[in-house]
Amino acid sequence: MKITDKEVRYVAALANLTLTEDEIGRMVHDLDEILTHIDKLNELDTSAVEPMAQVLYDADETATLRADVEQPSLTNEAAVANAVKSGAGYYKVPLVIER
Amino acid sequence: MSIELGKLTIGGVREGLKSRAFSAEELASEALRSAGEQNATTNAYLTFCPELALEAARRVDQAIAAGENPGPLAGVPIAVKDVIVTEGLRTTCGSRLLEHYIPPYSATAIHRLEGAGGVIIGKTNCDEFAMGSSNENSAFGPVHNPVAPDRVPGGSSGGSAAAVASGTVVAALGSDTGGSVRQPASFCGVVGVTPTYGRVSRYGLVAYASSLDHIAPFARNVKDAALLLEAIAGRDPRDSTSADAPVPDYAAALDGKVKGKRIGLPREYFQSLASETGDLIMTAVDVLKRLGCEPVEISLPATDYAIATYYIIATAEASSNLARFDGVRYTTRSEKAESLISMYRNTRGEGFGAECKRRIMLGTYVLSAGYYDAYYLKAQKVRHLIAQDFAKAFETVDAIVTPVSPFPAFKIGEKVDDPLAMYLSDIYTITGSLAGIPCMSVPAGVTADGLPVGMQILTRHFDESGMFRLAHAYEQAA
Repeated sequence: MKITDKEVRYVAALANLTLTEDEIGRMVHDLDEILTHIDKLNELDTSAVEPMAQVLYDADETATLRADVEQPSLTNEAAVANAVKSGAGYYKVPLVIER
Repeated sequence: MSIELGKLTIGGVREGLKSRAFSAEELASEALRSAGEQNATTNAYLTFCPELALEAARRVDQAIAAGENPGPLAGVPIAVKDVIVTEGLRTTCGSRLLEHYIPPYSATAIHRLEGAGGVIIGKTNCDEFAMGSSNENSAFGPVHNPVAPDRVPGGSSGGSAAAVASGTVVAALGSDTGGSVRQPASFCGVVGVTPTYGRVSRYGLVAYASSLDHIAPFARNVKDAALLLEAIAGRDPRDSTSADAPVPDYAAALDGKVKGKRIGLPREYFQSLASETGDLIMTAVDVLKRLGCEPVEISLPATDYAIATYYIIATAEASSNLARFDGVRYTTRSEKAESLISMYRNTRGEGFGAECKRRIMLGTYVLSAGYYDAYYLKAQKVRHLIAQDFAKAFETVDAIVTPVSPFPAFKIGEKVDDPLAMYLSDIYTITGSLAGIPCMSVPAGVTADGLPVGMQILTRHFDESGMFRLAHAYEQAA
């Protein structure tokens, strides 16, 4: 097995994803199959290969940065318009820090 | 007035408006009527926008009446995949999580379509967050292939492909990350084009895998696909990966001059393809030969590693991109949200479908502590090898021709229980995606059962013109 039930639960927590018991069982099976296929990559010696970080060309990390000039952006009203809960221009979420 | 919408081209719309055979408003009304009627069979559309469409059409009619240039896509009815945001118009990404999401802005490609006079009539169904190869992963039900309604239209842009194939619009926008435009184009018998990475701005395309995502056009012929791409392509300061390269006149490249072009046939793609699909592609290659092209066998040795590479890179990027759907900003929150963490986890657990969960999990796993080098870094290196294979091949050939999919459209439900088999069927489209090169599907006949099969044409970075020239010459000769 490439992945265990325990690891699936751990990764689900990292991904902030609640899975049902059925989903966990299915996930162990599916991920195991996919990770087994992925093992194929180990057939290749890539010790002398550069990772492909840019799709098209090599450029300076700053090549596409723009000048830091203030520009119009979404209004506060538009930004929170799709929130489930909002108030006074903010998103509302459950209590984060308990006293 | 009678409008044969299913046969109209962009040029036909221009002629019709010019000769007053119909107005843009009449054309938009007919598209809306036809799309509404066919939707009962195809489920291709999730949202219609009659008011916006008729308003856009009236603007075109007014411009024409005033003697102004109404734009290269004036009055052309267009459908847009529901992963591309449209200001004020619901954009669901095929997900329950965004069922009620009304974007506060439009994608750059949408602004360009509208600026060119295009008339958007609705948003099309797709696999949830563009993840899938059959359009069966939509929270709003599968799309049915207009050619054979018990079969899938392909995915993830199945709704856009079906909308064009069923003649409800002249063209459509989809998105392609690993084949999501080319494969449905192949299954539905239309043209689908994935341009060079960065050719079209991704601003406003809801991100799945950012280093692979493209906004990409569908049309019923090569020329219309070229015209649509030209209208949306070009540098956009809002997408730092959009290419700062001039956009050529693609239609001007459709001159039939393909004599002497060297066409690479990758042996790795054909050796395991003993099927009707393979026969149809070889018949298409014979047509190219008659046109004076010279087929050459080539090798792309890293092909066998492409699926593994793609499903590491794409899922890693997806796990990060989809983190934003957390119950705070985007319209849906679980009832079980007692704490911040339970709000995140239950919203996502209840909201995402099975395929999204699988990809988020795989992506999170390959990026988790201790696994980065073994998976993500390794995949980035193999991606380099795959890109180098193509670069080397293009030293000796002008274009590469392959099948789009190992098989034609399959039955709805036939492959849903085997995710790995579904992933493996993306083999012919994924390699070009990883290399970031232009690739397209052009119809190459039908099987004995009448199911369409697409031929894929791939060219060098930014050589969309060469790709269109070959596809168009083939289309005219076939």
